[in-house]
Amino acid sequence: MVKSTPPFGFTIDRDDEKCIRCQACVRMCSNDVHAYDAEKDVIVSDSTKCVGCHFCEAICPTSSLTVERTQSQYRENFNWTAEVINDIKSQAGSGGVILTGMGCDKPYTNYWDRIVLNASQVTNPSIDPLREPMELRTFIGRKPDRVEIDSSGEPKLATEISPQLELETPIMFSAMSYGSISYNASLALARAASDFGTFWNTGEGGLHKDFYKYGPRTIVQVASGRFGVTREYLNTGAAIEIKVGQGAKPGIGGHLPGEKVTESISETRMIPIGTDALSPAPHHDIYSIEDLRQLIYALKEATRYKKPVGVKIAAVHNVAPISSGIVRAGADFIVIDGVRGGTGAAPKVIRDNVGIPIEIAAAVVDSRLREEGIRNQASLIVAGGFRRSSDVVKAIALGADAVYIATSALVAMGCTICQKCYTGKCNWGIATQDPYLTKRLNPEIATRRLKNLLRAWSLEIKEMMGGMGINAIESLRGNREQLRGVGLSEVELEMLGIKHVGEAW
Amino acid sequence: MTKYIIVGSSAAAIGAVESIRQADKDGKIVVVSNEPHPLYSRPLITYLLAGQIDESKMSYRDPEFYRKYNVEEVLGKEVVAIHPEDKKVVLNDGAALPYQKLLLATGGRPIVPQVEGKDLAGVFTFTTLDDARKVGEFIKKNEVRSAVVVGGGLIGLKTAEALIARGIKVTIVELADRILSATFDRKASEIVEMALREKGCELITNNTVWKVTGRGGVKKVELQGGVEVDCQLVIFAIGVTPNTELAKCAGIEVRKGILVDERMQTNLPDIYAAGDVVEAYDMITSTTRQIAIWPNAHVQGSIAGFNMAGKTEKYDGSFAMNTVEICGVPTISVGLTDPQEKGYEVLEHYDEAQRAYKKIVLKDDVIVGAIFVNKIDRAGVFRGLIKNKTNVRLFKDVLLRDDFGLVWLPEMFRKHMVMGEGTEV
Amino acid sequence: MKKIRIREQYCMGCRLCEIYCAVQHSKSKDLVKAYRGEYPKPVPRILVEEKDYLSFAIQCRHCDDAPCIRACITGAMRRDPKTGAVLCDEDKCVGCWMCIMMCPFGVIGRGREKKVISKCDMCIGAEEPACVKHCPNEALVLEDE
Repeated sequence: MVKSTPPFGFTIDRDDEKCIRCQACVRMCSNDVHAYDAEKDVIVSDSTKCVGCHFCEAICPTSSLTVERTQSQYRENFNWTAEVINDIKSQAGSGGVILTGMGCDKPYTNYWDRIVLNASQVTNPSIDPLREPMELRTFIGRKPDRVEIDSSGEPKLATEISPQLELETPIMFSAMSYGSISYNASLALARAASDFGTFWNTGEGGLHKDFYKYGPRTIVQVASGRFGVTREYLNTGAAIEIKVGQGAKPGIGGHLPGEKVTESISETRMIPIGTDALSPAPHHDIYSIEDLRQLIYALKEATRYKKPVGVKIAAVHNVAPISSGIVRAGADFIVIDGVRGGTGAAPKVIRDNVGIPIEIAAAVVDSRLREEGIRNQASLIVAGGFRRSSDVVKAIALGADAVYIATSALVAMGCTICQKCYTGKCNWGIATQDPYLTKRLNPEIATRRLKNLLRAWSLEIKEMMGGMGINAIESLRGNREQLRGVGLSEVELEMLGIKHVGEAW
Repeated sequence: MTKYIIVGSSAAAIGAVESIRQADKDGKIVVVSNEPHPLYSRPLITYLLAGQIDESKMSYRDPEFYRKYNVEEVLGKEVVAIHPEDKKVVLNDGAALPYQKLLLATGGRPIVPQVEGKDLAGVFTFTTLDDARKVGEFIKKNEVRSAVVVGGGLIGLKTAEALIARGIKVTIVELADRILSATFDRKASEIVEMALREKGCELITNNTVWKVTGRGGVKKVELQGGVEVDCQLVIFAIGVTPNTELAKCAGIEVRKGILVDERMQTNLPDIYAAGDVVEAYDMITSTTRQIAIWPNAHVQGSIAGFNMAGKTEKYDGSFAMNTVEICGVPTISVGLTDPQEKGYEVLEHYDEAQRAYKKIVLKDDVIVGAIFVNKIDRAGVFRGLIKNKTNVRLFKDVLLRDDFGLVWLPEMFRKHMVMGEGTEV
Repeated sequence: MKKIRIREQYCMGCRLCEIYCAVQHSKSKDLVKAYRGEYPKPVPRILVEEKDYLSFAIQCRHCDDAPCIRACITGAMRRDPKTGAVLCDEDKCVGCWMCIMMCPFGVIGRGREKKVISKCDMCIGAEEPACVKHCPNEALVLEDE
């Protein structure tokens, strides 16, 4: 049989009348799609190489380019889609695992789009966020079982409160390792978080020495590979997150291809240049919940109990009992990452098939912890494909304390979710270490855009809260009465713990 | 109130006026010039002759310049003596002007060879606006068809080009074996010679005119070895000599030109000199010599002016630099372009199809000279490297690249230039 | 005066600055018309220098002590009193190329149509220099000196 031609999914449509042959597209495409034919004075585009990142379209001064999705090449088939056929052919050729980037793109129900919010009308007046103060301030950390006031003299708090993280908005930047993303991208996240009053997460790549000054706004991650973990690292961060799992690839470890391990990455992660950075699937010192408790307290000891220590897990079938165990193990916060969480590199089959949606996971974990009476012992942070401020509001209403965003942050910086992060050729300068490409991400501009995103979403959250007649985020937290499901089955409604539209109190 | 007198009214004088006024708004400045028309750009006379510009475009500064800068002009008079003891200059009409600070910017005059027939009608030198007018009128009146230009240097070639532009058949006679022997190397001269010949110009080298003959006007010139050339116009452009007599008589130290220190002061106190008349420090050859070029004159005049007004400024020196376009061939040459001694490294590239020539001369990994023919863009970058005596060892192998530029310089130096503040002249 | 600051760490070598500079100084001032219709093709006064992944766009620095003004034999090169920019009066310029020899940045070029020089004029008349306005990554910014 003949070797198959590589499948392609995009076609470059160029309006030749408007094309001025400036060759910006030729120069800028890291996949060498465009080329200038000097003889014919025309630019030709090899669409087979196009990954659909739209950088050329964005940069074209006369807007003469459109990147279009090709029609499927094969006869229409619900089961044997073009993607399935192409994947099989690809594996027949390579014999290897198909990698991909970003989050699950399969049509599992997105419950955020099946849940609607309430608004106050007659009896409970809505609040105008432009006229009245709205509290979005959020605290992450262990809350005490009871609060005692010392009234002898000037009233003051008698109970000692565990260390807390103070957020100006219930949105934080989720873990993206330096290595999977560029220095400039990390810098922008750090700066935006610091300026806005929220936090960013180092991911499993360690903390670059230039970013130590953002330490007070940094959540440092301790992952299974323990990359870059030193005492200084732990003490520089504001909180420590033990990464046990990740929504995009539950059950397996991280993978940074050797091409992306430059001198700087090598120094930050403390591994040799050019070697693949493989994080093992389990932490090899955590084989039971008791081991996890031991690690949590070891980290607390190392940082003198001054910082919250939390655990991040992927949302899987038994996420509720696992979370309960983690809270009892002493975690100050737990992070649940749903199936739609993103990644720089993961086997496609794992990304698309392993894990459960964060909407349900958040609801069942919150319910379980409340049932057991331990909900106050750890903050619940949820992650995994939060696309809009309404997703955030709904998640908090289901019970989350705060939300981690990553994909949205990248899109704000230019990402068009072409899913080719693992190649290291990100044209937007985000998921690459190629100095030629990383220049394109101006951290000043990226910081501005991230702050704009946080600001925009925070304003929208206030609008939605005001509409519900709520003026403090704490009143929204776990307030499932504000939610109604649309077209969901009984089981789904039960899992989410919400009523169906039409049902009153 | 300080009294300044400036002898001369060209580039150096104007530079001096501008900087004196920057430092001293009230001092009295008097400019004495033997030409009746000040403020014109001397290099433009060949463009005038060629018909490329008319007289209205000749002025280097606007006609109100002296009035705006509050300068008294004494035109058409000549300074015949300086009395440094009582600080006076004497004019040819007997007037004596007192000074506290004196600047000699007397420039140079053309060398006239002592050949038979040099006083015939139709024989000219070519250095002033009057020369340009006279030659222009002569050509028109006598319907000149052919001319001989003696001297294949910069002035000679520009003059020849101007005459060619007016449809005159020109023969250039040069003493050396090639034109521009003082400025260029053999290859560069060859390219320009090719261009001249293609425009119909005759070139006779290794020869010189020893006799001009004719009755009622020039009819022909006779060269060595019996060679004769018929012509109606002869222009001698064999060189310029600095006008140092005035200085010498006053007891100022003079060699070929007036000697000055780094503040442009002569050996006599309060007497300064600048421009073509001066010998200044050549930073490449580490000697003191004449470097008669327009920008140098302006800079020197400017520095002299500051020092005269009490603001100390130092002149770092200069080096040879010329730019000239002959018959559509633009050229730039800087520094030591054709060293004969040992110890120099030469990098060169000639593109035959485009007749583009690029040559870099180095000594101990420092650029000391360069020639550009036809592709002259970015030549200034090299002049900058020469001036700063930059060690180019790390990027020597890319100097000849067409796209050689600041991006190839090491980071510290490049960042200062590209992202830092301005530059010095 | 306002000067253009070059930030080489953000230049990605797209050369859009060259395009917009050329269009700003073209006859039609329209992107497509200038490049597809005009003859001679408009020439930019800004130059992008590139070496591997290092690149930056450089144009006239409008130096405080400009060597080109000193070198100019006709007085065509002068300083605009209002903006402080160094401008060349094309009516006076005779194309002697003295300034090209003197400029240590090598940012003066020869004009294509007339025998005059061609260099950055800070887009005199426009609210903002075209290169600054259109740099997609803010590698060129306008700053007060």
